[in-house]
Amino acid sequence: MNKWFWLTIGGLLLLHHDFWFWEDATLVGGFLPIGLAYHVALSILITIAWAVLTITCWPKDLSQE
Amino acid sequence: MNDLSSLTALPTVLFALQAADGSDAMSAGLIRLLVIVAYFCLLLMLGGVATSFLKNSNRDYLLASHSIGPFLLLMSLFGTTMTAFALVGSSGEAFVDGIGIYGKLASISGLVHSLCFFVIGTRVWKYGKRFGHTTQIDFFRDRLDSPRMGLFLFPVLILLLIPYVLGGVIASGTVVQSLTAGAFPTFFPHEQAALAGGVPPYLGSLVVCLVVLSYVFFGGMRGTAWANCFQTMVFMVLGMVTFYLIAMKLGNGTDLFSSMANAIREVPRKHITREEMSHSLFITYMLIPLSVGTFPHIFQHWLTAKNAAAFKLPIVMHPFFIMLVWVPCILIGVWAAAPGVLPEEWYGQPMAHQNKVLSYLVTKHTTPLVGGLLAAGILAAVMSSLDSQFLCMGTMFTNDIYQRFVRRSDSVSNSTAIAASPMTDAATPTGTAAVDCLPAPAETSVWVARGFILAIVAISYLLGIVLDGRSIFRLSIWCFSGFTGLFPLILAALYWRGLTARGTQAGIVTMAVTWSYFFYVSGFGQGVIGEDGVQRPYKLLVPGTDWDILPVVPITLATTLVMLAVSWLTPKPSVETLQRYFDEPSGRSSTT
Repeated sequence: MNKWFWLTIGGLLLLHHDFWFWEDATLVGGFLPIGLAYHVALSILITIAWAVLTITCWPKDLSQE
Repeated sequence: MNDLSSLTALPTVLFALQAADGSDAMSAGLIRLLVIVAYFCLLLMLGGVATSFLKNSNRDYLLASHSIGPFLLLMSLFGTTMTAFALVGSSGEAFVDGIGIYGKLASISGLVHSLCFFVIGTRVWKYGKRFGHTTQIDFFRDRLDSPRMGLFLFPVLILLLIPYVLGGVIASGTVVQSLTAGAFPTFFPHEQAALAGGVPPYLGSLVVCLVVLSYVFFGGMRGTAWANCFQTMVFMVLGMVTFYLIAMKLGNGTDLFSSMANAIREVPRKHITREEMSHSLFITYMLIPLSVGTFPHIFQHWLTAKNAAAFKLPIVMHPFFIMLVWVPCILIGVWAAAPGVLPEEWYGQPMAHQNKVLSYLVTKHTTPLVGGLLAAGILAAVMSSLDSQFLCMGTMFTNDIYQRFVRRSDSVSNSTAIAASPMTDAATPTGTAAVDCLPAPAETSVWVARGFILAIVAISYLLGIVLDGRSIFRLSIWCFSGFTGLFPLILAALYWRGLTARGTQAGIVTMAVTWSYFFYVSGFGQGVIGEDGVQRPYKLLVPGTDWDILPVVPITLATTLVMLAVSWLTPKPSVETLQRYFDEPSGRSSTT
């Protein structure tokens, strides 16, 4: 696991703490609270990140098992 | 042949039940009950089919002979981590506190669970396959040259698993009662009209426990993995159907989006923001999903993988699946906070009624047939966790206590005995986990496992009856906090040569003592009553600040410090053991 792996994880952890939408009651599309919409988008981003990380940072010793 | 005829008869039964839709509450409750019973029969048949694939070895019964591929691993890991907590608990918590629960536990779990699968799971699998581990205790015993590690770890793991099992037992009883309301008004009267005539929790929980026990007993890990996969698909599909139906009924719009917009219109502001949620508390919730790294039942699922590459699909898809399950449940809970959606008295005491929110809305806003199917979906989520927990507890007792300490006096400890035993595989492991093992005949140890599972289920069942009404959310948080407290130990065992047996044992004791202290101070998980009169999870205030944090922070911190300090002062495992774990055979490198 190289530095890019941990930088990606750290970045996603920082993005998780969305204090900027804390008291915002905006409804995205009129039906989804923005605080929830943000975290839904984050979940999708996390999925994409894991797809990339399992390709680029998969430990070599595990590839041989 | 009988199984096939039952399967073909099922649509006919469902069709007949559909025809009865729209009749009075009694028949509606009965229809839902019959659908639940039909679902249970289906599960039992699945367990029966899995039995026919069972080979006569412990490794097959407990680890499905390391044969689980990516899809089955994804579904069984996801089904196991998604519990009553994910469906019933999340919708109930959203009803009490709003959307914040998604960030607190769901999106962070997508990141941290997959991180645990990647960083912990793949390593555990690698060493488990190489050295023949069956349980978490096996791993620690072998890695730290400590034959008595089970005496420290086993009681702690079991005590932490009991509240987890308890959450499932309570949830299943509550769901069955809510969804069968009206079925037996004479036999099961209730002071609340919404629950009158429903099968009482003590009976519903009992049947659920018996069904799960049946397919775990006869199907072993293979049966559990198959049932997990089937149940995960059931609760994901039916969860989405539930969401659509409830949204359309509550919002009464022309399409899904207009209905969702209508449903959220009257919801109080605090439920669509996090204005009453503490920032520091939100951050400390980040530690809770680390518990997945130390759940013994997840550990056992990791060991079932066919190869390391099988982990890739669960790592990638787990966050997405969490989103698919949690978002609908949370929105349903948020919509329920609007006036008039639930019985009036529930708004005055939201914590007391939060476990019933989802099943109440399902009962009220769907037809009896669909309601029954949805009940099966909710129960599927509950049972897909209970089965792994039951199997894992039995495995640990047999492998780490019974074979090691109870049968010690009448066993012959040598590798010849192991090789001759029907419980071992042809590929005899090379680690001390295998060499130290004092095997019982396969049949005896399987029955010992079953006996222990029965005892634990009986305790959990009785506690479930006594503690009915206790928040599943709060119970789960306490359980997760304890497992997170153990996380530094597994991380250090995999990546730090300096960890010692004494350091690990001191860490386990520290976690147990600090966890017990905070659990006692919290009134045994009762929580604290806020300014609005609502009871919330117990929290601490950092001295000199206004930051409130969960007890998991000091528990994990204390465990880590004690583990490090004692490990530095005590003797390391043998050089041979460290080489086996940390020095890759020539030609292999550990990272890219």
